[in-house]
Amino acid sequence: MTEIAATSTENTRLQRALGVLRDVMARPSGAIGLTLVTFHVILAIISPWIVPYDYRAMDSLSMLNGPSGAHWLGTDHLGRDVLTRVLLGGREALLVTGIATPVAVIWGGLLGIFFGLVGGRLDEVLMRVVDAFLSLPWILKMLVLIVTFGTGIEVLIPTLAFFYGIPVIRIARAATHDVVARDFVSAARARGHGRITVIRRELLPNVLDTLMVEGAMRWSWMLLAFSSLSFLGFGVSPPTPDWGLMIADARGFMSFAPWGVLGPVIALSSLIIGINLTADALAKALGIDRAQKAPV
Amino acid sequence: MLMRRLFLGAITVWIVSVIIFAGVEVLPGDACTAFLEREAQGKLLENCREAQGLNRSAAERYFDWASGAVRGDFGVSANGQKSISELVGNRLRNSLLLAFCALAIGVPLAIFLGVVTGLRRDKPVDLVFSTTAVFAMTIPEFVSATVLILVFSVWLGWLPGIVLTSAGAQVSEFFPEIVLPVIVLGMVMTAHILRMVRSSVIEVMAGEYVQMAILKGVPYWHIVFRHALPNALLPAINVVALTIAWLLGGVVVIEVVFNYPGLGRMMIDAISDRDLPVVQAIALIVATVYVGVNLTADLMTMLLNPRLRTHALRDS
Repeated sequence: MTEIAATSTENTRLQRALGVLRDVMARPSGAIGLTLVTFHVILAIISPWIVPYDYRAMDSLSMLNGPSGAHWLGTDHLGRDVLTRVLLGGREALLVTGIATPVAVIWGGLLGIFFGLVGGRLDEVLMRVVDAFLSLPWILKMLVLIVTFGTGIEVLIPTLAFFYGIPVIRIARAATHDVVARDFVSAARARGHGRITVIRRELLPNVLDTLMVEGAMRWSWMLLAFSSLSFLGFGVSPPTPDWGLMIADARGFMSFAPWGVLGPVIALSSLIIGINLTADALAKALGIDRAQKAPV
Repeated sequence: MLMRRLFLGAITVWIVSVIIFAGVEVLPGDACTAFLEREAQGKLLENCREAQGLNRSAAERYFDWASGAVRGDFGVSANGQKSISELVGNRLRNSLLLAFCALAIGVPLAIFLGVVTGLRRDKPVDLVFSTTAVFAMTIPEFVSATVLILVFSVWLGWLPGIVLTSAGAQVSEFFPEIVLPVIVLGMVMTAHILRMVRSSVIEVMAGEYVQMAILKGVPYWHIVFRHALPNALLPAINVVALTIAWLLGGVVVIEVVFNYPGLGRMMIDAISDRDLPVVQAIALIVATVYVGVNLTADLMTMLLNPRLRTHALRDS
């Protein structure tokens, strides 16, 4: 790994990425996980063109009807087609978390690497602030911002990206500490390279594996947070279809219309399970122990 | 070492209190605009701010609030005009009851399963439980709660799916309503601790002294219980303590789903009502609990680990 990082060209990097991908696909968890994730992503992109009904179309004559030929998954309490809303229900979640995850990993990762390398008084202070943020439950931190600034995706994306970047700082810093003590970093410093060069050429390639696994896990925690917020009524606003919101709406009619909750439950669970299986396979392929990481 | 941990813990709580106070300060609106809503203008707003002491400088109010909080006095809520300490008291007890029941079931189960999966690494037992654990900890609590209510309460009718007991009721009155919330929370906790224990066991079993003991012909179970387990469980305590704050986020969702009268539901209500004094108080309590749990975990590791114990004695 070290040799590759030190002498890497675009070509070898691409080859290594392909090798990792092949390794992930060779594992049962990776194959199943990646298939589920790909399926959900493709579905999110094409679903507006394949859904059988308009997701807003209410029908007061067929409310809470069971599964039938016309409505495969039945209808909800406003007479809307459940299948249509399940198919569309992951779009907002994937859009928000798909943008927020890379942003969180990048800002948290760079800050963590930088302070892992530089250390000193400022590093001490930053870690105390990170600790302080991590000692508050995610839901409290996020709700306070959301209630103040509104529930649109333009608020949710930066909020998620900000709070989920904070634990990444700590992970990246720890991973950097492992690398900084190694000879090739000392050698690079002895050659007189500046901090930026050392980070870019020596540290980043070596911390990247950890950040990739971290990113995959962050993504699943973010989905959990996003759908929980929707469920509590602080996420996507109706009538936009969203799994969390749909489960919240359908829960009241669960005793006689269970199809309303089962559709979104299966859809949301399969996506999250897919991401986690992929993250697991990726961690194993890259030789990183993901269980040691706290999902704060 | 111990003094240093205590000091760092205190610093963390202090920074949290500053973040909470500054956060509420920076956000638009205050307790009075939330309380008066549309009438929040002119004379009425002035009078309210006067009465609540919101006209003083931020530093002055922070000092008042923080010194009150240290004595357990969090002031009064914005709309109810009731003492927050009184409001929080029962709710905190209920949340702790929920967490305690979940831990009482989850910890022994997780240690047992963690050891089994760790020793049988990559065997079918391990694959089944490790994979189940990933699902249990990443599927949102509201999803698993909904499914469990559907199965055990709606279809089978074995357990109540909603808590109707009021906040101030006796502990015994929460049974059997508390069972389903405990199962949901316990599942997440078990999954979590199981994974920590498992990876810890794997690491320790690969250690040189365990290999040495195996070569010496020490009986397998003797190695596991006397040599490996104590060393494997110690680091797990710390990692588990670190995840407490994250688990508390799940407690909030579970309390809302089951209508459980705990601190989490109170927090959601307070945030929706923009009852800022209550939000501040709950945030500070939760952060203090988190820091306290982590300090206790540090202390436990120190007491249980002979190496750290001598260190601690020498240093202090």
